Amino acid sequence: MIWFMIAGMCLVTFVPRVIPLVLGRNLVLPRWIRRWLSFFPYAALGSLIFPGILTVVDSRPWIGLAAGGCAALLALKSRNAIFPVLAAIAVTVGLQLATGT
Amino acid sequence: MRGVRAGLPVAVGYVPMAMAFGVLATQTGLSFFQAGAMSLFVYAGASQFASLGLLAGGASALAIVLATLVLNFRHFLMSIVLSRRLPLRHGRDHAAKAAPFVLGFGITDETFVVASLEDLLSIRFFLGLIVTVYLAWLSGTLIGAGFSSLIPAIIARGMGVALYAMFIAILIPGVKKSWVNGLVAVAGGLLAWGASAALPALPSGWRIVIAILAASALGAVIGSGDETAAEREEAA
Repeated sequence: MIWFMIAGMCLVTFVPRVIPLVLGRNLVLPRWIRRWLSFFPYAALGSLIFPGILTVVDSRPWIGLAAGGCAALLALKSRNAIFPVLAAIAVTVGLQLATGT
Repeated sequence: MRGVRAGLPVAVGYVPMAMAFGVLATQTGLSFFQAGAMSLFVYAGASQFASLGLLAGGASALAIVLATLVLNFRHFLMSIVLSRRLPLRHGRDHAAKAAPFVLGFGITDETFVVASLEDLLSIRFFLGLIVTVYLAWLSGTLIGAGFSSLIPAIIARGMGVALYAMFIAILIPGVKKSWVNGLVAVAGGLLAWGASAALPALPSGWRIVIAILAASALGAVIGSGDETAAEREEAA
């Protein structure tokens, strides 16, 4: 049962991810759709950040917000993503230690 | 390799999530190999967690497979965007034929946003990115399934924030380029939030689909936003 489930899940996650790439540029799209598509990354980013960031530490949503704010400030200064990431980890661990677990 | 380096922040975020999956999977009754096979072959975080919840609730394999299809429809949208950005060759050789299948398997929410915001996306960059991230997901799962709760919760949560910090770090340069990009991102977040509040039963994958479609439509109506992406498409 579990192995059947894993095989089925493998199929239904693989096919939608691959079809557009197999069709590639043979797929001709009108200009308005291309314009719409160009915003997908930003819309995806927004919906992935929020509200998920509130649940980093379940009982204290503000810790995720503080870490995110810190990451945003650092990202304004540097183009390398690793500094905001390390700072956010430090803030999250630090704030948990400071306020008790 | 630049793709590997771009994948490192994602990898840092994936390890604790994958470990949590490994721990939960063994608690739900999957064997070490079944948990590993999930990450090896299915490789879809949200769906993997959802399947455990459904299994615990006594759902059938068919119901779980259908739920997975629904949850992962967003990757179809993401793959459409990447199919227009990745310089795939139309060769008769094995490498050209296998490329869409290998690269497509590597599409996740995280690899999509990192790759789609790369100015000149190359196959090498994407391959480096997805291999790094995939290995992190797989090894995290095996560690979690093999040695439950080896890492203290406080550190795991600290690492869990990495994905969000990375999303923010790649969002900021886009917002600097055009305020419309920022507006679309804020609209996406609010829509996802609103959808989860209004329809709590809606699977998280569909929240993201709704947010992507609606917020991007808003951006397309208001302004040109990422002009460089549009120009690249014109040139191609």
